[in-house]
Amino acid sequence: MRQGSMKWRYLKQGIFLWVVRIAALIIAAALGGILFFIFVNGIGAVDWTFLTEPPRDSMTAGGIMPAIIGTVYLTLGAVLVAMPLGVTSAVYLSEYARSGPAVRFIRIGINSLAGVPSVVFGLFGLSLFVVYLDFGSSILAGSLTLAILILPTIIGSAEEALKAVPQTFREASLALGVSKWQTVSRIVLPNALPGILTGSILGIGRAAGETAPIMFTAAAFFTTRLPGSVFDEVMALPYHIYVLATAGTRIEETRPLQYGTALVLIALVLGVDLAAIVIRSYIRRKKRW
Amino acid sequence: MRDGDIIVTQDVNFYYGSFRALTGVNISFEKNRVTALIGPSGCGKSTLLRLLNRMNDFIEQTRVEGKVLFEGRNIYDPEVDPVEIRRRIGMVFQKPNPFPKSIFNNIVYGPRLAGGMSRTDLESLAERSLKQAVLWDEVKDILGQSAMMLSGGQQQRLCIARALAMKPDVLLMDEPTSALDPISTAKIEELMEGLKKDYTIIIVTHNMQQAARVSDYTGFFYLGRLIEFNRTGKIFTTPDMKQTEDYITGRFG
Amino acid sequence: MTRSFREKLIRKAFFGFAAVSIIFLLLIILFLFREALPTFQFVSIGRFIFGMEWYPTYEPPEFGIWPLIVGSLVVTSFSTLIAVPLGVLSAIYISEIAPPAVKEILKPAIELLAGLPSVVLGFFGMVVLAPWLQDTFDLPTGLNIVNASIMLAVMAIPTISSISEDALYSVPREFKEASYALGATRHETIVKVIVPAALSGISTAVILGMARAIGETMVVLMVAGGAAAVPESIFDSVRPMPASIAAEMGEAPFRSNHYHALFATGVVLLVLTLAFNFIADYVSHKFRETGSATL
Repeated sequence: MRQGSMKWRYLKQGIFLWVVRIAALIIAAALGGILFFIFVNGIGAVDWTFLTEPPRDSMTAGGIMPAIIGTVYLTLGAVLVAMPLGVTSAVYLSEYARSGPAVRFIRIGINSLAGVPSVVFGLFGLSLFVVYLDFGSSILAGSLTLAILILPTIIGSAEEALKAVPQTFREASLALGVSKWQTVSRIVLPNALPGILTGSILGIGRAAGETAPIMFTAAAFFTTRLPGSVFDEVMALPYHIYVLATAGTRIEETRPLQYGTALVLIALVLGVDLAAIVIRSYIRRKKRW
Repeated sequence: MRDGDIIVTQDVNFYYGSFRALTGVNISFEKNRVTALIGPSGCGKSTLLRLLNRMNDFIEQTRVEGKVLFEGRNIYDPEVDPVEIRRRIGMVFQKPNPFPKSIFNNIVYGPRLAGGMSRTDLESLAERSLKQAVLWDEVKDILGQSAMMLSGGQQQRLCIARALAMKPDVLLMDEPTSALDPISTAKIEELMEGLKKDYTIIIVTHNMQQAARVSDYTGFFYLGRLIEFNRTGKIFTTPDMKQTEDYITGRFG
Repeated sequence: MTRSFREKLIRKAFFGFAAVSIIFLLLIILFLFREALPTFQFVSIGRFIFGMEWYPTYEPPEFGIWPLIVGSLVVTSFSTLIAVPLGVLSAIYISEIAPPAVKEILKPAIELLAGLPSVVLGFFGMVVLAPWLQDTFDLPTGLNIVNASIMLAVMAIPTISSISEDALYSVPREFKEASYALGATRHETIVKVIVPAALSGISTAVILGMARAIGETMVVLMVAGGAAAVPESIFDSVRPMPASIAAEMGEAPFRSNHYHALFATGVVLLVLTLAFNFIADYVSHKFRETGSATL
């Protein structure tokens, strides 16, 4: 091999390695930049009053307490509905399903559901829950809409958690003359539980950050009242940011509130995500099988 | 069917998809005896073992032809409940597979789910099973601790005790010592000798010395067929078939 | 046999729960069409899709969503141009090059990027990117195609990167070793062996990333500028379909023509994204059936 050609090959490799590193760097910088910018500009606005008081003076002052409460209600409602549905779906796919057209069909359904745009979920929630079932714009309608939105996420992670339970556990149980259902409920589910919970936490993070699905189904522009029932409208953090940033007459004036709300939302969503990621890697490391 | 036989297979064929893994297997297992199944890997011996308590039900796209008679009843009859069969025909696997539960809860897992036992019943059952599996003295003070902390050999004896706690008639063992060290292996072989009084044991092994040491009867499988079935003493000294002799003397396999 | 009957029943029950995803999908389609179909009593399908004027509140109103469709396609295409190289290259970096310590940080970082709420990205685009674009290029507004495409790319990158990484990771070791053993450099092995073997998975990643971008709402609502006209330059404002729906649904009177037309826009959007998903599904299954040998 000629000396020159070898040199050229290594030069190409060097350029390639740098291009790849720069790509990774740009992505890391984008995340870091966005987080840093929101943090620096938002931290000044966030204090105890901001977190515990309702907005004042046509939302140009005061806090965001109703929006925090609203987001918590909507999110918990969504997870409470989506988790049982998602886990049972995953149990079917991982424990009972035998490969065939039915399973293929279900998988297409889940993948398609995962691909439905969030604003279409909003339209659907409006049409079915708000109008047809007459729930009105409410926590109930918003939670149900978000529940369907996060269902594929929860199914996916629950299935992964179930698949991670070693096959030998199932065999051992079945060989003892324990029925399939008892094996699933006594051995498979308990061992998959940490993973299933992690997946549900990720679902919480996803639901808390969504705006478009709750715009027409649950979110109130402004209310100081805390919800009294599931049929009440609520404020929500993502919608609050959108409203403050686009719909006021004093957009510039309320910038600090916008940054502050964005910071609280990011802290909530990423805090939840980070918790899930940490728990997951802890489970993986600690696993005794 | 001889009088002392507990399991008899009649013309059993077994398919994975379109691949025939067993062809025309006729074999009888005598009660309270140890029968070893030997042969090169892929010969069908483990497949046959799993077929005897319907563990093959859980593998997709498999098919059984012929009959497997357990106490005279075909276990592949549609009315037969496979769960009931597995309670009476226990199984120990190649790798120790305790549940991530306490030692005590491992042992009583099966009986507790089968129902009808009090706490004291379960406790005496656990003691009895662990004694039968010669593990009691080692674990009697740590029954509440996780089974995952035991050594590999102890785990395998725990799995045997767990199977015995169901009070089965037959114990199927699928290469039960292949993942263990020689000392643990010796312990388990010794244990099998004692279990013979109360149980029928069918063991798959690729260790011919083991088959010679522990079994009363031996079946030699090759390419999905039962080539020879004889008293162990006979098969290891003067086998009837040339193929058996070749395998035993190490000329192939 | 009572026990096996009970087991069968349990199995059926689980099947029923697993089928809810399909039921929800059908419900979404059904209820969208329910509100969308009346649209075609006052405007033909052809004029709706290919009409150049979207003036839903004028008198007389115009319901042509062609500018909105073009807006969606334009921002999706440009964001893909940005997101694909960054997403795929970062996947190559993570899967083949990064030292373990960097990988430990970069992988969760990309997951966190995927977790950033879209409204926050839209907000960032509004308050940071828009003024910068406006000043740098001396534009009337920084809320335009470029801004929306960049922020959409940020949303699509995690999807593209993580799915591509899975595809690269599952290339058999033997391929790599064979290549090194033949004297290829790392660069040559990656470009000539690993990437081609993972190409189908990477294509799936790109299609799903595009589906994510075309369906994304808050970013285009906040930073695309909102002009319902076919753009002439990348610095023009556009009004992609999701932005139009989100911005106007709040003001459209219940069951008015405008309301129905927005649902019809939702149907068009849904059909487009489902098409992307089916293509992705097809590509990834094709891959599984034939393996990478055909590449």
